[in-house]
Amino acid sequence: MESLEEIKARIDASVAGARVEIISNPGPANQPSLLLDRAGAEAIAHFLRDDATLRLDFCSNVTGIDWLDRKVKTTRKVRQIVDGAEKEVDEITEDAGPGYLEVVYHLYSMQLKHGPVIVRMRTRDRTNDVHLPSLTGIWRSAELQEREIYDLYGIHFDRHPDLRRILMWDEFTDYPMRKDYREPDDYEYEPTAHDEVLTRAKERVSARPSLDGAEDLAMPE
Amino acid sequence: MSVGFHELAEAPAGRMSSRWEGELLEISMGPQHPSTHGVFRMNVALEGEIVRRLKPVFGYLHRNHEKIGENTSYLGSMPYTDRLDYFCSMTNNWAYALSVEKLAGIEVPERAQYLRVILAELTRLQNHTSLLGFLLSDMGAWGTPLMYAFREREKILDLFESLSGSRMMCDYMRFGGCRVDPSAAWIEAAKRVVANYPAFLDEFEQLIVENEIVLARTQEVGILSAELAVSAGITGPMLRASGVNYDLRKVDGYGVYPRLKFKVPLGDHGDCYDRLMMRVLEVRESLGILAQAFEQLPGGPVVNPKVKLRAFKPPVGEAYGRIEGPKGELGFYLVSEGGASPYRYRVRPPSFINLTVLEDMCLGHTVADVMVILGSIDIVMGEVDR
Repeated sequence: MESLEEIKARIDASVAGARVEIISNPGPANQPSLLLDRAGAEAIAHFLRDDATLRLDFCSNVTGIDWLDRKVKTTRKVRQIVDGAEKEVDEITEDAGPGYLEVVYHLYSMQLKHGPVIVRMRTRDRTNDVHLPSLTGIWRSAELQEREIYDLYGIHFDRHPDLRRILMWDEFTDYPMRKDYREPDDYEYEPTAHDEVLTRAKERVSARPSLDGAEDLAMPE
Repeated sequence: MSVGFHELAEAPAGRMSSRWEGELLEISMGPQHPSTHGVFRMNVALEGEIVRRLKPVFGYLHRNHEKIGENTSYLGSMPYTDRLDYFCSMTNNWAYALSVEKLAGIEVPERAQYLRVILAELTRLQNHTSLLGFLLSDMGAWGTPLMYAFREREKILDLFESLSGSRMMCDYMRFGGCRVDPSAAWIEAAKRVVANYPAFLDEFEQLIVENEIVLARTQEVGILSAELAVSAGITGPMLRASGVNYDLRKVDGYGVYPRLKFKVPLGDHGDCYDRLMMRVLEVRESLGILAQAFEQLPGGPVVNPKVKLRAFKPPVGEAYGRIEGPKGELGFYLVSEGGASPYRYRVRPPSFINLTVLEDMCLGHTVADVMVILGSIDIVMGEVDR
């Protein structure tokens, strides 16, 4: 299969207005990925699926990741005067990196039996702009998996045919897979009609009658 | 919406069926239903007895397995993977171990690779055999075929128990190998089980292939086209029943599968009958794989001694590893930040994704066929809901 750089070059040449970035993966697995921009993602996905040399017809795995706001350390060489002599010193600055939600697609080709090509998309932030284009129209296998990501991460997939909660119940409001999710204290408590009945019954119940000393009765001899 | 029963009573005699035309009756099948293989619900809209709409409802067994995986150590998730597809804990272990080995770049000794193949194929035997039993049970052959299947499954579970200490929750694989080395007596016992299996399978296959009811209930029912199967990410025997040649044991060649000779059976109709027979044929191939693996099984260590189990911290990075589980492609996607637990732990459950096309397969068939179609997909709710 082509290298990711070659795929990127061909996307840039074939898909108008596509912006693709290669995200390296430092680990031993050596699975780098392509970061797609949201506007052009569907066109690029069409290209990846239909291109004659790629034919990525099988979208195996779709998953979300929650990246919290984090401090990004950057090191710069700065000339400073130390003890009267000019020296090069490392200056470390900490910037706040904004958090975002990310979706990762693992693509393979069943026809040509190669892969994976990993593509990812990112939202702008974690709260206000959490929309991403749905790729269910291109790979049907994303249908239930994108629904699951919507349910557990709260990413809205535009143009998804049936975006509803899937694992949690419909009335649930939070997104449990987010890193800052906190379980409610009264998790087990659900008001039921039964509670009302019990309260009403309690109001009408009189005190338990005493036994009038009946327990002291002894068996006749 | 549903038609009230009083309307039915008022219908003139002999014309009752026409009153149902165009009327949809919505019923909820499940979550407590003997044929749903666990707590699985389907909201079905019926026109008479014909399915016009079907929406699966998930989540009854949801316990957020992935969140728990992100809050425990890498090793701590290993016994927990047993609970995903509780029929196939060995293959779950292998898929997870394989992904962590990719993430951390761990070598696996040869003997462990062969043991993994042996245990995965034994798992495939018992999974496919019991699925056939369940499927016959769904079609009304109550009890007997299922008990035949369970009798054989029990022999394999006995092997698992004597090796790992547990029948179903085996927790046998470790990063870089396996937990214990089987004794020579265990190998002999396993060889005996494999040698006696074809006699049972011949008998069992006859029960299915020559049964008029099975043929009538499964042929041309729930047809899945190859194009839809590929697009919907269907994997495993279900995909191959639709005629797509895609078996990860051949495609990825993980473990020592490239050294073992076996064929990939393919169906050509993609109906329930093909899916059923696919299991029989795969069991036959697995028996061949097992015989070769026992023959080639080398000596040596069963675990890579360099791997630390406690305080195991893989380097920063991410990895997606997958194997051909009995139900389809079982994958684990792990993101490491260099800590003791994964930043992201994702399971790619084959039976969940295989349910994507349930509605497409059921439309136009009767309610009774829904049970057969669902049974032929082979789902386990522990994995679907996670």
